[in-house]
Amino acid sequence: MEAGRSPKLPSLKNLVGETLWEVWFMALKLTTRLLCAAAMTVVLAAGAQAEDKVVKIGVILPMSGSTASIGAHAKAALEVATDIINNAHPELDKLPLAKNAGLAGLGGAKVEIVIADNQGSPATGQNQALRLITEEKVVAILGAYQSGITLTSSAIAEKYGIPYLTPESVAANLTERGFKWFFRTTPIAPDFVRIYDEFLTDMKAAGAKTDTIALVHDNTEYGTSVANTITKGFKEKGRTGVIDVAYAVNATDLQAQVLQLKEKKPDVVLMISYTSDAILFAKTMQSLDYKPPMLLADDAGYSDPSFIKAVGKLSQGVFNRSSWAVGPAGSPSAVIADMYKKKSGEEMEDTVGREMQGFFVLVDAIDRAGSTDPAKIQAALKATDLKPEQLIMGYKGVKFDEKGQNVLASAYIIQLQDGENYVSVWPKGNAEKAPVMPYKGW
Amino acid sequence: MSFVLVQVIVGGLLLGAVYALFSSGLTLVWGMMNIVNFAHGDFVMLGMYVAYVVYTLMGGGPLLGAPLAVLVLATLGVVVYFGLIRDIMKGPMLAQILGTFGLALLLRYSVFWWFGADFKSLPQNIVGGTYAVAGLRLEASRLLAGVVALLVTLGLHLLLTRTSLGSKMLAVAEDATAAQLMGIRPDTMQAIAWAIAAGATGLAGALIANFFYIVPTVGETLGIVAFVTVSLGGFGSVPGALVAGLLIGVIESLSGFLIGAVYKDIVVYILFLFFLWFRPQGLMGKV
Repeated sequence: MEAGRSPKLPSLKNLVGETLWEVWFMALKLTTRLLCAAAMTVVLAAGAQAEDKVVKIGVILPMSGSTASIGAHAKAALEVATDIINNAHPELDKLPLAKNAGLAGLGGAKVEIVIADNQGSPATGQNQALRLITEEKVVAILGAYQSGITLTSSAIAEKYGIPYLTPESVAANLTERGFKWFFRTTPIAPDFVRIYDEFLTDMKAAGAKTDTIALVHDNTEYGTSVANTITKGFKEKGRTGVIDVAYAVNATDLQAQVLQLKEKKPDVVLMISYTSDAILFAKTMQSLDYKPPMLLADDAGYSDPSFIKAVGKLSQGVFNRSSWAVGPAGSPSAVIADMYKKKSGEEMEDTVGREMQGFFVLVDAIDRAGSTDPAKIQAALKATDLKPEQLIMGYKGVKFDEKGQNVLASAYIIQLQDGENYVSVWPKGNAEKAPVMPYKGW
Repeated sequence: MSFVLVQVIVGGLLLGAVYALFSSGLTLVWGMMNIVNFAHGDFVMLGMYVAYVVYTLMGGGPLLGAPLAVLVLATLGVVVYFGLIRDIMKGPMLAQILGTFGLALLLRYSVFWWFGADFKSLPQNIVGGTYAVAGLRLEASRLLAGVVALLVTLGLHLLLTRTSLGSKMLAVAEDATAAQLMGIRPDTMQAIAWAIAAGATGLAGALIANFFYIVPTVGETLGIVAFVTVSLGGFGSVPGALVAGLLIGVIESLSGFLIGAVYKDIVVYILFLFFLWFRPQGLMGKV
C-alpha cells in the first residue's frame, strides 16, 4: 500500500536498516553476555563463602502466564516454610525441622529456594529444570504445579540424577514412568475416585440423587488424565451414568457447554478446571440460569482465593476437594495459616498447603540424609515415614511406594457455605459443619 | 429446530459481535499503515483494567468506565504512535513484529506488577442482569457489547467513507508521499488512526469486563481470536471484521454444542484455512 515499499525487492534503505539492526542486535547480545558473566562472577564469589552453610533447592512454578496467581501464592507459602525451617519455632515442635534453626543434620545449614518461572509452558519448564541443575547447582527440585510441566521438567532431573518432588501435580502417569528420582506427596486421581465415590455414597444415603454424573474438564494433562481415571474408576465401582464434557483450556466462551449440561440434566456436575475457566463457568451458569443439584469441584481453580473473590457469591454450596483444614487454635496448621495470612494477605488453602507440605517432606529428607549428595537424599526420601501429627495437611502420613507415590495421601470434602470461606463437611469425623444440599449458586 | 439450538445461535451471535468489537481496532491499524499490532490483546486488557479501577475506586459502572477507557487508551495510542510506531514503521518487518510484541510484554507485565496475578471480576449484574425474552436468556452486559459493536463498526465505516477526515486517512494509507504533496500530514493522520483504533479497543475491553474475568494475561486469550477475525474478514476491512466475528461466534457455539467444545477450535480453523485457500484476501479485503 505504501509507495516506498516494494514487495519484491528490498530497497537499499531496508537493507541498510536490516544491517544496522543486526549490528545493534549483536552489540546487545555481547553486552548482555558480558554483564551476565560479570554478575555470575559476583554471585559465585559470594556463593563460595557461604557454600557449606546453604542448601539450595530449585522450585519451578508458574510465576507468569494464566496460572500466575497460583505461583505467587505458592511462593509466599514456601517463604513461610523456609522461615520455619531456618529459624527456631518451638511453638511448632511437632513438625520436623521447626524446633531449631536450620538443618540439624547438616550442622545448622540454612535452606535457600531458587524460584524458576515455568511461564505455563512445558518447554520452558524443562529448560528451567536444566538451568537449575547445571547453573544454580540445586540439590533437589520441587515443582511444577501444572502436571504437563511436571512431566517434562522431571525428565531432566531424572537424567541428571537429582531428586524431584511434586507436591501438587496429580496426573496419574507421572508416577507410572519407572522414574527413580521422582516423588509425589499429593493425593492423586485414583485417591480422588475413592474419595468421591465414598462421598457420593454417603450423600445418596442422606437423600441426594447421584445417578448421572457429568465430568466437565479441560484438555490439559491435568484435565484429561483426571477425567479418564475417574471415568474408569467410577465404572469399576458400578457408576455408569458418566457424561463427558470436555473443553479447550482458557476458553473465550462456555455458553455451549453450560447449555449442554442444562439439556442433559446430570444429578452431579464434577468440575475439573483451572481458575480462568472456573470463573467463566460460574458467570455463564448464572447468566444462563443453570444450577445442577450438586456441584462438586476437583480442587485446582476452585481452591484459588481469587476464584472465591471473583465469583464466590455465584457459587454458594459448591463442594470441593481439599487436604487442608485449619484445625483448632494453637495447632500447627492454625499457626501456619496465621503466618501465611500475614505474609500474603490471603487465607491458607489446599494448593499452597500441599506445596508447603511437599517442601517440608523434601527438606526433612535432606536433613535426615545429613548430606547434599543426591543419592543420599534419594535414599532418605525412600525411607520417609511421617505420621499424621508431623504434617500440616490431612494426609494419613507420608510414605512412598516404589513408584514414588505417597500411599497415605488423602483428602476431605469442603463446601463454600458462607460466601467467602470453605468449611470441611466430609468425612463426618473431620467435619466442621453438615453438608448443605442442593447447590444454591447465587 | 430445538429451542436450545436457538439459544446457542443467539449466544453465538452475541459472542461474535464482541469478537468483532475488539477486532475493529486491529483491522484499522493494519488498513492504515500495514502494521500488525501484536499488543492488540493487551490494549483490550488495559481497557478491562480501566473499567475495574473505575468500579473499585469510584463504584462506577460501564457508563463511566467505558468513556474513560476510550480516553485512556486513545491517549496511549497516540503516545505509542509517536514513541514507537512512527520509527519502527521505517524499519524491516522484523522490527515491527518485535516492536509491538515487546510493547505487549511491557504492558502485560506492568499491569502484572501493579495489580498482581490474581483474577479480578466485576459484579455479575453490573449492567442490569439477564432478561428472559420468550424463553431465551439474554444477558444485558452481552447485549450492550453487541449493540455497541454494531454502532462502532458503522461509525468507523462512515468515518472512513463519508468524512473528509476519513478520506485524508485513506489517502495517507494509499500513498503517504502523494498525500503529503496534497497538504495532508501523514504523521497527524496516522496518529489519529492510532487514537481511534486504540480507543475502540479500550471500549471493547471495558465492555467485555462486564462479563469476563480480568487478569494480566487475558490479552493472550483474546488476542488470537482478534487475529483470526481480522484475517477472515480481510485485513483492513472494518465491515469484514464484523461479518467474520459473527460467523466465527456462531460456528464456535454451534460446533461446541453439537460436536463438543474441544473440537470447536478445530472446526473454526479448518473452515478458516479452507476459506483462505479460495479467498486469501478474506471476506471483504482487497488484494
